[in-house]
Amino acid sequence: MDFMTVLQILDSALRLATPLLFACLAGLFSERAGIFDIGLEGKILVSAFMAASVSALMMAYVDAPMPLCVPFTGACVEIAGGVPIAPIVFGVLAGMGASMVLALLHGVASITFRGNQLISGVAINFLASGITVIIGENWFSLGGRTPQLEGSARFQEITLPFAERVGNVPLFGPIYHELLSGHTLLVYIGLLAVFLTWWVLFRTRFGLRLRAVGENPESVDTAGVSVIRLRYTAVLICGLLCGLSGTYLATGLAAGFVKEMSAGRGFIALAALIFAKWRPGYALMACLLFGLLEAIGNRFQNIEIFGIQIPVQFMQALPYILTVVILAGFVGKAIPPRAGGEPYVKER
Amino acid sequence: MTAPAIELTGISKAFGPVQANRNIHIKVMPGTIHGIIGENGAGKSTLMSILYGFYQADSGNISVNGVSTDIREPQHAIGAGIGMVFQHFKLVQNFTVLENIILGAEDGAMLRPSKANARKELRRLADEYELNVDPDALIEDIGVGTQQRVEILKALYRQADILILDEPTGVLTPAEADHLFRILEGLRRQGKTIILITHKLREIMEITDAVSVMRGGEMVATLPTAGTSPERLAELMVGRKVLLRIDKKQAEPGDAVLEVESLSVTDADGVRRLSDVSFSVRSGEILGIAGVAGNGQSELLQVLGGITAATGNVRINGIGISLSGRRADGQSRRARGIAHVPEDRQHLGLIMDFLAWENMVFGYHHDPAYRRGRLLMDNAAIRRDAQTKMREFDVRPPIPGLPAKSFSGGNQQKLVLAREMTRGPDLLLVGQPTRGVDIGAIEFIHQHIVDLRDDGAAILLVSVELDEIMSLSDRIAVMFDGRVMGERLPGETHERELGLLMAGIDAGAA
Repeated sequence: MDFMTVLQILDSALRLATPLLFACLAGLFSERAGIFDIGLEGKILVSAFMAASVSALMMAYVDAPMPLCVPFTGACVEIAGGVPIAPIVFGVLAGMGASMVLALLHGVASITFRGNQLISGVAINFLASGITVIIGENWFSLGGRTPQLEGSARFQEITLPFAERVGNVPLFGPIYHELLSGHTLLVYIGLLAVFLTWWVLFRTRFGLRLRAVGENPESVDTAGVSVIRLRYTAVLICGLLCGLSGTYLATGLAAGFVKEMSAGRGFIALAALIFAKWRPGYALMACLLFGLLEAIGNRFQNIEIFGIQIPVQFMQALPYILTVVILAGFVGKAIPPRAGGEPYVKER
Repeated sequence: MTAPAIELTGISKAFGPVQANRNIHIKVMPGTIHGIIGENGAGKSTLMSILYGFYQADSGNISVNGVSTDIREPQHAIGAGIGMVFQHFKLVQNFTVLENIILGAEDGAMLRPSKANARKELRRLADEYELNVDPDALIEDIGVGTQQRVEILKALYRQADILILDEPTGVLTPAEADHLFRILEGLRRQGKTIILITHKLREIMEITDAVSVMRGGEMVATLPTAGTSPERLAELMVGRKVLLRIDKKQAEPGDAVLEVESLSVTDADGVRRLSDVSFSVRSGEILGIAGVAGNGQSELLQVLGGITAATGNVRINGIGISLSGRRADGQSRRARGIAHVPEDRQHLGLIMDFLAWENMVFGYHHDPAYRRGRLLMDNAAIRRDAQTKMREFDVRPPIPGLPAKSFSGGNQQKLVLAREMTRGPDLLLVGQPTRGVDIGAIEFIHQHIVDLRDDGAAILLVSVELDEIMSLSDRIAVMFDGRVMGERLPGETHERELGLLMAGIDAGAA
């Protein structure tokens, strides 16, 4: 295994870690506020679908005129010469929007109506799994897929400044050129989101209150701050980040939506969150580890160790195996936010 | 004449059919410590929750410093200068003291300047009121006494002029309680108004200027403390004459029933909870174990009750019992004549969702009187038995078909006592028999414990209430840090000496 191969695997790991990272940070906001969310998976799926669908639909109007009609009035205007904004912009907004709608649903069920957070999460996962296929078939008749996304309907790879020029510098050159450069915008936003999450949680008033509401909501309530508003905010941030995760999956990593394409990433992100002990920095590490395992599984489909052929299924199952190991508690004690999963009821 | 700091007029509040507060009138004068006393369920906490904006009164008016004030949320109360120290602290365990204090009262969107300001303000408050707390300590690392100071600081940081304290001494050692009272006196000197909610008559007499008594949701009386007596207050609280002293003959101890030798327990985290504990209890005798909660008393009860494994020797009537392994369980203990009234009745003593009669049979399922054939239980017999025992122990209401959770704390305790005390045990283990129990029921429970002693049982009483230990015990052992600090006779000691022993200081040995 030469240096370039290692770099390529790491490069792939970073790409594969990004959807996990967004979802993991999404879960972090929600759980730090005391709302367990196993509906990450569903939100990823729905946002992947909406991002890909809306991008695909808007693709038609890049050059062609687009009619815009005001509902119920019949009045229409036409945007001549096509829509001047790239389809992917609409895709991202649709992806985030769809995910936030589901997040709001989870919020209403678990905050306002004090329902069971696990059941609400499961319901959201089922809902997402069904609705994406039904609507997808209705819109595109491609068996639940969306059309292949091309050009400005996808996220483009960004070449970092000087990447070509420093490519030949030993060691640093290839790392910069191969590993760090050449990703889509969302990968860099993901890395930035880690820092941003840490900063919000530990440096701002909002973060202090958010962490407090997940540990002891009574302390927040008696201090005269609304528990409900804080928790809704957290849940919506969770929806937004999940939206980015799904959007990246369908328009960055892949070029379109495929049925069940989230493939358990929402659950892997939850495992990573536990592994990371609900801390942003560790979350990055955990997601990179999962990404690395997936990259290795993809790269070495058939390897032999000591003359024994390792089946490809085993290699591809690596991230899921690690998930089980983590959830079974083999990685030391992780203490979740104390008020997690409990609806807040004012005490007499 | 100055306006009262707080004036409540005609406050009423109902929860469904329950009238928690009925037409309450009270005036609290500024710069005084005003006690509010009453039994559990008398409506003290509801009234204070209304004052702090947790609930809204159905009718009535709140005036703060003579100005009629609308308090719909805690924020409004804080804005009106009212601070509250709850019985169960509202602190975030893994936050620092500083973070807890600024929570909800930050100066801006960024934490750093808020923390810097708070640090300065804390230093000033510490100097002014004898309230020294390390601002960077984590809450989970500091003791309850210190945590309470943090709660007081929280209120003062929000510029509270009126401070409400709900049962503040329940979790404190006598020394810590004294410290708290010194702080409260300091606050009074600075012109703050303090409302002290308690059920301890001694505290009312010791520190308050005026006292209001609540009973059954109504304000029964407001009196100057100097013009009243504990007996009078107790009578007002309960609505009838109450014996504050227990009617108890001299003990006539027989042979040793329980002998404990070098008992040690190390918990799962490797912390030693009991080290080398030895003592004995004779029949017809009450041994009281005093100590601040968390010094090994709970573990002692659990070991003897067959819940926790231990090392050492324990003999019942001269024959050893297993301290670990298959025979170290509640079943085997009961077979040896040990009855156990656990400290935490809601977790270890009862299943709250189960009916009273189902709860009355726990641990005694194997009693042939309750069996029908080899497999079935004779529920009718259990119900009948439960009914009889509930009458005997004056459980109200005496309805075996009600779930345990629908009884009040005192009546739940009576259910457990009725189950454990009516089988003529050789040894009764009893932990915190009157925690959360009303004065009227306390009298009843104490009398039953003494009666059981007079019938020849050995009784091991664990309580954090020093008054209870002093009045019930024939001998007192004090525990500190998993060890027995010493034994005293109630007639030959006083609260000060016991308080020192509870803090790990043996004045006699020094």
